[in-house]
Amino acid sequence: MIKIYVPLDTTSVSLGADEVVQEIKQIAIQNNLDVDIIRNGSWGLFWLETLVEVEVNGQRIAYGPVQEEDVAGLFDANFLNGGEHPLRVGDITQVPYLAKQTRLCFKRVGLVDPMDIDDYIKHGGFTALNKAFSMSAAELIKEMEHSGLRGRGGAAFPSYLKLQATKDAVSVDDEKFVVCNFDEGDSGTFSDRMMGEGDPFMILEGMFLTALAVGASEGYIYLRSEYPIARKVLNNAINLAKKTGWLGKNVQNSGKDFDIHLRIGAGSYVCGEETALLNSLEGKRGTVRVKPPFPVHKGLFGKPTALFNVISLVSMVPIIEHGGKAYGKLGYDRSRGTCPFQLSGNIKYGGLVELPFGITVRDIIDDFGGGIEFPFDGGRDVKLVQIGGPLGYHMSKDDLDNPLDYEHFKTLGGHIGHGGIIVMGYDASAKELAHFAFDFCALESCGTCTPCRIGSRRGAEMMEQVISGESVNENIILIKELCDTLTQTSLCALGGITAVPVLSLIKNFPNEFEDRYNKYVRR
Amino acid sequence: MTLTNSKNIINIKCDYGTPPVESKKEVSLIIDGQTVTAFEGETVMRAALKAGINIPRLCATDSLKPIGGCRLCIVEIEGARISTSCTAIVAEGLVVTTESKELFKLRKNLLDLYISEHPLDCLVCSANGDCDLQSLCAEYGVRGSRFLVEDRKVHKPVIDKSAPYFDYESTKCISCYKCVRVCIETQGTFALTVKGRGLHSEICPGLFDFKNSICVSCGKCVEVCPTASLNEKSIVDMGLPTKQVTTTCAYCGVGCGLVVETKMDEVVRITPNSNTPSNKNHLCVKGRFAYDYVTHKERMTEPLIRESINDPWKKVSFEEAFAFIAKGFNKIKKEYGNEALGSLASSRCTIEEIYTLQKFNRTALGNNNVDNCARRCHSPTGYGLEKTLGTSSGTQDFDSIEHVDVFLIVGANPTHAHPVVGARLKKRMRVSGVKTIVIDPMVTELVKSPLIKADVHLQIKPGTNVAVLNSIAHVLVTQNLVNKKYIKENLDNTFVKKYMDFIKQEQHSPEYVAKIAGVTSYEIVKAANIYASSDKSSIFYGLGVTEHAQGSDGVMTLANLAMLTGNLGRNGSGVNPLRGQNNVQGACDVGAYPHSTLGYEDVTNQEVADKYTKAWGVEQSTKVGQKMPDMIDSALQDKFKGFFIQGEEIMQSEPDLPRIAKALSKMDFVVQLDLFLNETSAFAHVFLPGSSFLEKNGIFINAERRLSRVRNALKPKVEFQEWEIISKIATEMGYDMHYHHTEEILNEMKGLWTDISEVSYDKIDQLGGVQWPCNKENPNGSPILHEDKIIRENGGALQVCDYQETSSSADIDFPFTLITGRVLVHYNVGTQTRRTKNTDWHDEDELLIHPSDAEPLSLNTGDLVSLTSRTNAISIKVRLSKKVKEGTLFTTFHHPDTAINAIQGWDKDKVTKCPEFKVTAVKIAATDTLSDWQISRNEQIEKQKVFFEASLEESVL
Repeated sequence: MIKIYVPLDTTSVSLGADEVVQEIKQIAIQNNLDVDIIRNGSWGLFWLETLVEVEVNGQRIAYGPVQEEDVAGLFDANFLNGGEHPLRVGDITQVPYLAKQTRLCFKRVGLVDPMDIDDYIKHGGFTALNKAFSMSAAELIKEMEHSGLRGRGGAAFPSYLKLQATKDAVSVDDEKFVVCNFDEGDSGTFSDRMMGEGDPFMILEGMFLTALAVGASEGYIYLRSEYPIARKVLNNAINLAKKTGWLGKNVQNSGKDFDIHLRIGAGSYVCGEETALLNSLEGKRGTVRVKPPFPVHKGLFGKPTALFNVISLVSMVPIIEHGGKAYGKLGYDRSRGTCPFQLSGNIKYGGLVELPFGITVRDIIDDFGGGIEFPFDGGRDVKLVQIGGPLGYHMSKDDLDNPLDYEHFKTLGGHIGHGGIIVMGYDASAKELAHFAFDFCALESCGTCTPCRIGSRRGAEMMEQVISGESVNENIILIKELCDTLTQTSLCALGGITAVPVLSLIKNFPNEFEDRYNKYVRR
Repeated sequence: MTLTNSKNIINIKCDYGTPPVESKKEVSLIIDGQTVTAFEGETVMRAALKAGINIPRLCATDSLKPIGGCRLCIVEIEGARISTSCTAIVAEGLVVTTESKELFKLRKNLLDLYISEHPLDCLVCSANGDCDLQSLCAEYGVRGSRFLVEDRKVHKPVIDKSAPYFDYESTKCISCYKCVRVCIETQGTFALTVKGRGLHSEICPGLFDFKNSICVSCGKCVEVCPTASLNEKSIVDMGLPTKQVTTTCAYCGVGCGLVVETKMDEVVRITPNSNTPSNKNHLCVKGRFAYDYVTHKERMTEPLIRESINDPWKKVSFEEAFAFIAKGFNKIKKEYGNEALGSLASSRCTIEEIYTLQKFNRTALGNNNVDNCARRCHSPTGYGLEKTLGTSSGTQDFDSIEHVDVFLIVGANPTHAHPVVGARLKKRMRVSGVKTIVIDPMVTELVKSPLIKADVHLQIKPGTNVAVLNSIAHVLVTQNLVNKKYIKENLDNTFVKKYMDFIKQEQHSPEYVAKIAGVTSYEIVKAANIYASSDKSSIFYGLGVTEHAQGSDGVMTLANLAMLTGNLGRNGSGVNPLRGQNNVQGACDVGAYPHSTLGYEDVTNQEVADKYTKAWGVEQSTKVGQKMPDMIDSALQDKFKGFFIQGEEIMQSEPDLPRIAKALSKMDFVVQLDLFLNETSAFAHVFLPGSSFLEKNGIFINAERRLSRVRNALKPKVEFQEWEIISKIATEMGYDMHYHHTEEILNEMKGLWTDISEVSYDKIDQLGGVQWPCNKENPNGSPILHEDKIIRENGGALQVCDYQETSSSADIDFPFTLITGRVLVHYNVGTQTRRTKNTDWHDEDELLIHPSDAEPLSLNTGDLVSLTSRTNAISIKVRLSKKVKEGTLFTTFHHPDTAINAIQGWDKDKVTKCPEFKVTAVKIAATDTLSDWQISRNEQIEKQKVFFEASLEESVL
């Protein structure tokens, strides 16, 4: 039997992976070949998708990007034995894009079969958990402190403090919860999804570690409804883990209980905000709660809750496995460890790049991204880079030498957010982007606080006038004042950072927002 | 800008924005340079408002958890970014600035955003002058929206005028969600919700309009709405009120404090008084909206007299009427002796008026034949609690609901009959960990409603309360769930042994009783275990306990449970009757009882008689007077001839109406004092016009023993107050009675009843109400009784009460058991509420029948059936409902044309003679005509109309 790996990853599927699988099966049956097709996660090299790997003598030989119509040719080239073909990539791990990365969280994504718990264990899964069973909660939290891990969802709050606070919180019946925030709604981000689709057991392991640290015995995963494949994979993973005794009562005879439930969101961006997420989990409208009380004290169903983003949770696995100090050695300044950056936009090589903090934006674009892909606008290079989702900072070309770390971005007026990097070429319009930011906020506002509910709509309307060249200077003055009100008075980060893209665009591309410009240059 | 929600600006108590905290630990902080002390855990907003420092706000009010929505309450806190004061918690040494250029700019921008979405038709808006948004815009100099660059769009143009008392207009909504939050947090009905998100968030009452939603029109949402989005129809019609008066509601026994706002001597709006502890700033549909009867066209303002009840009425002056009455009563006195006279006091009047009436009875009439409506509702409570605990009243205040961990609700439907307490109970029941046991044949809202589910519902066969409660006691004793220390220290030892021997008997075992009561033994055991599981278990019961042949026994078995587990004398535990009428506690307290005088002093005691002989100057009889049913019996034997009825519609409320009618028609002289000519007037020789509670001064005493002030918000419509009328009749009859003011009457009472010796109108005003005993030892009143020890001499008495099947039980001829009760929108006989728009919801009595009972009889909702009991028959429409158990039927007694009481009254409580309204054996059959009694009743009413019209013609001449 010949093992063939074709990703089940959403990106690969949208590029035709399912059709490729069908074609391979059909030809194999016709030729009476015994093939075993394993649907793995994506390695994150999206320009090579659909990437087909064949195991030859224990070595995996990759071909990509494979289209449905290429399959017959691959068979002709005897790809089942690693035959030569124009699409042959060879050993995928030797491709510089992958070889240059520091993959801690994503070390198994692409490598393992996400539907098979044994494969996970074979590749070192649950080592951290087994180790943690013999550690006290205080020791676990100490390791987290040494690692310097900070929340990867965007707020960058030190994780050990959150664990400590949840552990210390008193609840009437001693019930506590672990919640995994899988509501990855930022544009240009896909690391959570790839993790959920490619290595779901690691999320379960991370949640279990958190549960051990805070003393919880129940966990919830809040998954956005737009990720049907991740839903399928996670459901399977939870069921398998329950069947094989990795979840449930007295897990692996450790005396510890832990169970995980999967819940699906209803399509609201603001439910990625922790308190709105908790409301949604409880079956209520997804509106933001006031803080205090913080979720660590009164979270899900009013009980102390440790709520972490997917990547924060999986980062805990290597921390416990290799020790917090080892993890903490990586990184830059106060941003320790690695971060899975997600490259997309008008760029040649989009994909997932897990690296320690500190690399400059220019380096990541040059070394990995390979420059602009669609040179419509006279072939000139990068015009702007937006980092941290739809409400992230827009960097001009001159900003690109900034290193990627939390504090640097804060001084710049932006944030790394969830590590999404969107590169845009010269066809991008600063005014349209500013309008988009307001429009996005208006669309996704939960409606609780006034500045976000009404201010975002007014901002979008004013920006529409700027775009059509009406009273531009007056409108820009008002927009700046509105941005100030939004930043200072919004209830949650949605309204609070809507001003970030707008103000960064106005700052970095001032001439596009000038009256003079509008008079002569029509869009 | 006033400090509070501007609809609530009366200077009663300031709205402090966010709820109080439990901590009493103080921290000090600096707000605007002023050192302020606050309790730990309080918000900066609350601390500031308490210190008199104003903070603008639109979405915060101190009865709701903050949501941080409007953002106007932002403040600067040293060392932190600008934050909302409704969510920022105080800390030692915090330095807060509430006013600065920066804050002004931000707040102005926020208001600018508000009005960019708000119609600017302020001049013609119904909230003009009463709108928080308007006042804030004025304060911050908002002159239009700078941020609005396009044409103004109306996003949500929904207008809903379906509710009888208020309108909803979505364009004026500013999305503070206070309405939705009070519906959830305060009222607990969950009728309102928000649909859509962001700018498209819209308030909606479920899928339908307000009228057809589950909304109960408590009106809290209307009260808290800062704009005209939810507004009273009366405000829309009449504009803003000009005068405000605080008073006390005259509906049920909760005794809610009201703020009545009037203009041109008409009520414009009623809101809760936030300073009264009974209602914690909440009201129900009756108290808030159902006041139109006060100005109803049928209101009587002049006396009527006639020689015989078959004569037309004649309108006369008060002087003529008084002389006529004196002559009538004196004649009877001469012919038949003192014992042939008596009176019935109204529990809806003030204690001053009731005191005057019972004094009139014991002096001018010269006997103890005075009773009040407690006879047919909570007289078993008075008797039962006196016998067991030594006081004729509930043991704690409604505030203690907030500390209860286990509720035992027996035979009560508080969400309908005592809606404000119902809302408070539900609020506590929604707290996780709080357990509820309901013993009731009906499925009430406390059994199942949004986020409420009783842990045990014993849906018993009507009339088996005592069996079930004894069985619970049996489980407590045999499973050793009792509090031995408490029993030893606090109970009367002479009763304990006898009781224990009795209760251990096999006949009380759950297995045995389960068969009698139609429940499972498991549920009984579970109920006992839950009740005993906490030292904060509280019993709340209603007429489902008392209106039975074993009513007094039911009350005593309840008191036994509390004594066995030691659940007495603490905040959160006790035995609480939910009393029916606003002042029924007071009527009993001030002596409108045939066997006791003020403060339940025994009339048969010579010392007591001497005391009152001395005080009143008339020799007092030591003979126990006749109870209301006794008076009826005597009348039928031609021994009772003259009757004074104060505000009681006995021809609708008493059992066995044909018998009452016969008794009344045998009397020689019946004087009635009431607001309207009603069913009873047909038998009256004199009709005296009374005053509504809005035209009175005095005190009501509610179910918590709380004395609350009643003040006249409207000018009296009748020449004399009721206490004046009674005094003048007494004087005319030869007993000199003179008062100049109600406080004079109160002072006289204080001298006679030590438990209120320290009460004064001023003190009540100050404290928002005082609970008796309010004497030298407890100058500020006593919220909780039996605190150190049980008040009864020698300690609490466990009373042996064995279950006996009532003679009213169903049998093969009368297979159904009928229960009567009330609905939310009507109050008792409906004299008041039927004369308001509440009839929009309920305009006739309906018979609820379980679908599986209706099926064999081929009955559908709306069919007319004849309902026949062992005594009489009536016809009524049926409605299929699963709220009743199979074999039981339920109906209300709000409408006189149904005359449901004509078929009731087979049995009564042995001791107190309280009629068994909750068990009547009946049979049903489809019919198409009214019953004979109903037809004769209708003819009688028609005849009375003609008699009344005669009085009008005369006055024209």
